[in-house]
Order: sequence, then structure tokens, then C-alpha cells
Amino acid sequence: MLKVEGLTKIFNPGTINEKTALDDVSLHLKPGDFVTVIGGNGAGKSTLLNAVAGVYRPEMGSIYLDGKRIDRLAEHKRAKDLGRVFQDPLMGTAADMEIQENLALALRRGKRRGLGWGVTAREKVAFREKLATLGLGLEDRMSVKVRLLSGGQRQALTLLMAILKAPKLLLLDEHTAALDPKTARQVLALSDHFIQDLGLTCMMVTHNMRDAIAFGNRLIMMSQGRVILDVEGDEKKLLTVEQLVKLFSSRSGEEVNNDRMLLG
Amino acid sequence: MEQILLGAVSLGLLWSIMTLGVYISYRVLDVADLTVEGSITLGAAVTARLIVTGGDPYVALVFSFLAGLGAGLVTGLLHTKLRIPALLSGILTMIALYSVNLRVMGMANISMLRMTTAYSIIGSLLGVNKTLSVIILGGAMALIIVLILYWFFGTEVGSAIRATGNNPFMVRAQGVNTDNTIILGLMLANGLVALSGGLIAQSQNYADVQMGTGSIVIGLASLIIGEVLFGKRNFLSRLLSVLFGAITYRIIIALVLRLGMPADDLKLFTAITVALALSLPRFKDLRDTLKVSMNGRKKHA
Repeated sequence: MLKVEGLTKIFNPGTINEKTALDDVSLHLKPGDFVTVIGGNGAGKSTLLNAVAGVYRPEMGSIYLDGKRIDRLAEHKRAKDLGRVFQDPLMGTAADMEIQENLALALRRGKRRGLGWGVTAREKVAFREKLATLGLGLEDRMSVKVRLLSGGQRQALTLLMAILKAPKLLLLDEHTAALDPKTARQVLALSDHFIQDLGLTCMMVTHNMRDAIAFGNRLIMMSQGRVILDVEGDEKKLLTVEQLVKLFSSRSGEEVNNDRMLLG
Repeated sequence: MEQILLGAVSLGLLWSIMTLGVYISYRVLDVADLTVEGSITLGAAVTARLIVTGGDPYVALVFSFLAGLGAGLVTGLLHTKLRIPALLSGILTMIALYSVNLRVMGMANISMLRMTTAYSIIGSLLGVNKTLSVIILGGAMALIIVLILYWFFGTEVGSAIRATGNNPFMVRAQGVNTDNTIILGLMLANGLVALSGGLIAQSQNYADVQMGTGSIVIGLASLIIGEVLFGKRNFLSRLLSVLFGAITYRIIIALVLRLGMPADDLKLFTAITVALALSLPRFKDLRDTLKVSMNGRKKHA
């Protein structure tokens, strides 16, 4: 499915601010894998997702999606196989456009855009149905500008846009971190529902160890640009937060000093 | 007075097409595109050159539009492919166009006095005077362009351009090449500006290499006047407000000139108006903060 090999990303190479964000990372995802990614600030979690999505060009290494090498492709060319939700709820949608217009943009991912209508009447009917599955009442506000939605609503919409075309790979980059706890739980439950329902392959970055254990079939831990732990199946299911903390300090040589990484 | 008003309306209609171009770059794409100052003159230059060499005045307008597309393309390529900041890309094209415009015209200005223009054709066809024929042709073209833009920005490509101005990051994640949408938007914007330049040149019967100076500010002033006075409910009303804004601007200018303001101060007046209008949100913020702190003081007193 996704094959990452020897991926290295260095920011500001040759300057005083040089930082190796990804250090020779290799990772293979099987179809249907739902991988949670944890690690402290600056561990390289987001950089990994962004490198896969094409925001950054890696210095070394290769990325294959379904056997096709994608690491030299421009960001917009990779987009047709990817669904992405970001940490900032403002990032995933166009604020001054209507809910249905945003969905229509997502529906045309990977298609050539021509002079046909931006949103068709038939699509609106389909969007209404899809929006109803979010359970937020957005199906009755389809022509409302996204600017007027709350952070949680925007994030749920971005999630729907990401899975609308059943992407080969879903990339969730701490997509609930900016939400209040209750909304975060809702959006997380929705994400899990869509992933199971559509059988998606997914990488989900989170700061929350409890969530990282509770969701998905596989967990990887990163530190200083490297993958330092990779567990799956029953071994992952039986993990506890205490064990994870211990594993983190023993393998990374650092203490867990980041509250956000601990608390559930 | 009526003559002055009609004159202002006719001029406003011709400039409204340019303002629609500014609307596309400044509001839709969120790029302050200074190419405008050169492309409006380019449109005038192309039209004038073609007319004095015996060309059809309507065909000349088509070529003005095409030339404007080219100017927008250059700015777009500088900005997207060479990653030069948008403002600087526009300035570079604007400066380059000064030389290009001189070459197109072969001199600093061209007179089209007593030559056949788009308006003289309409005038003799309908038996109306110059001002009325400008209003008829300018009004028809402005309305048709508003309708075309309304349609275009509802299409898949148009939606992608609008979204690019809103959130380029999101648009790329949805598989759109934002380089292309930015280039396309800038081309369309400058095409309209150059078309407007052609129409203006034909109405004043001359083209001058200096005529674009300050045009971006006039465009912004018209845009903001339109938004403040005529609202921005939906997209169609926004486009129409641009049109009415351009007319209102010309009426205001005609009035202040009549009230005795020297014509030399016009650009200063326009610049101050735009600066005030653009800083309105800041004044509102200050007022709100002031209110809150005053209330706080009252409570503690």
C-alpha cells in the first residue's frame, strides 16, 4: 500500500537552523492498516505526513503508493489518492465558499476541471445525504458559508471532504487537537466510523496516548525524526499508557515531559 | 449639471470593466496586482494603433483584450513559476509594459480625432450623441461581462480560482494546481483591464502612455465604494456593486471638481479616500477597544 523507504527531510540545510526532521524513516503500510502515530513535539510526525502528501520534498528516500512512486510528484498530483485533515480547522476548507461548494471541490479531486457547473443539482442531493451522516444538522445549511461554522463543524466537514472519494490513504494530522474535548471525541468517533465503513488505510497523528491505543490496529512512535516503536495487532491492543511512557523513555532516551502527550 | 452627470455615468461604465478586473485580482484571488497600471494603457495603445492604421474599432477591442491576457500571463508566470512575490511581479510587468506601450504606439500618444470608433458607429446607427452612445455600448458591455463572470465563477474552473484566493493550501489538497488558477485569474483580470483601456481610449479619442498612472487606486476606490454602498450579499450583487461603485466614484469626482477642487489634486484626493476606506476596520477595532476599556473603568470606579 504505502511504502516509505529511507526518507530523510532536512529543514534549512547548511544554516545555523538546520534540523533533521526525518532521519532515514522506513515504513510499510498494508491495505486497511489504521496506524496511529505518536511522539513529542518535533518528533517528525507531521513532517512524515506532509512528505507523503507532497508539501515537502524529501532530501533522500522514496515513497510508493500502491506500487507507484510518488515522491517526485507535485502536491496537487498526489491529491487524487489522498484524503487529508489538518490540525488547524481553518486549513481544510475555503471559508468564503458554501458548504456544498467545498464538498464539490473535494468531489472533483483527481478530475480535470472544466466549464461544467461547480456544483450540480444531483450532487446537492448526494451531499445532503452525506452531511446527514455527520449528525450535525449541516445538511440543512448547505448554502451557508463555511466561515460561519464552528471549529468542530469545519473539521467534520473537512473529514467528509477527505473521505468523499474513498482515498487510497487518509492522512489525519492531529485533526482533533484544536477542538474542545467533547467535539474532539465526536470527530474522532466519526473518523473511526468512516475508516471502518470504507475500509480505508489511514495514518493518524495524535498527541494523545490513550487515543493512540484505543484507535487503529497499529501504533508507531517517533522521536527525533526516527520511528522508535512499531507495534500492531494484539500486542498493540494490550498496551497501556504506562507501558507506552516507559517504552518512550527507554527507546528515545528522553523523559516524557510533554503534558499534551500524556493526557487523555 | 445633467451633462456632467451623464458624462460621469458614461466614464464610470467604461472604468467599471477595469474595476471588475481589479475585483478579480484583489478580492477573488487576494493579490494586489499592479500590472493593471500597465495593462490599461496597453489596451489603449493596441486599440489606438489598430484604429489609426485603419483597423475595425471592434476588432481592435478584441486585440486589446488579448494583449491584456498576455500581460496577466507574464505577471502570473513571474509570480508562480519564478516565485517572485505577487506585488513585485506586478510592478515588474507594469514597468516593462511602459516600454512595450511606447513601442506599440510608436510615440508617446496617438490621436484618433475624427476617426471611426466603436461609439461613432453606434452613434450614427442609433442617431444618438457621443455621451449616449458611450453609455449604451459601455453599459451593454459591462452588463454582459458581469453575467459572463457570474457564470464563469460558478463553473468548476471558476470555483477552483475562487477557492485559491480563499485557501490555496486546501485547494492543492483537493488536487488543483494553484499555479494555473492564479495565472488564469490574473490573465482574466488584466484582459478586462486592457479591454477597458481600449474602450476609454476610443471614448476620449486618444491614447497616452501615461494614462494608466494611478489607475489601480481608482479601481480600488471604486471597488470599496461599491462594497460599502451597495453591499455584498451574493456573488451577482457583488459584481453589480463593483459596477455601481465605479459609476459612483466618477459622480463623486465630477461633483468635487464642480465644487472647485483643482483637477491636479484629484489623485491625492483619491489616494486619501482609499487609505481611509481601507483603514476603516482598524478604526472600528480601536473604537471597540476604547468602548470596552471605558466600560471597564466605569465598573471599577
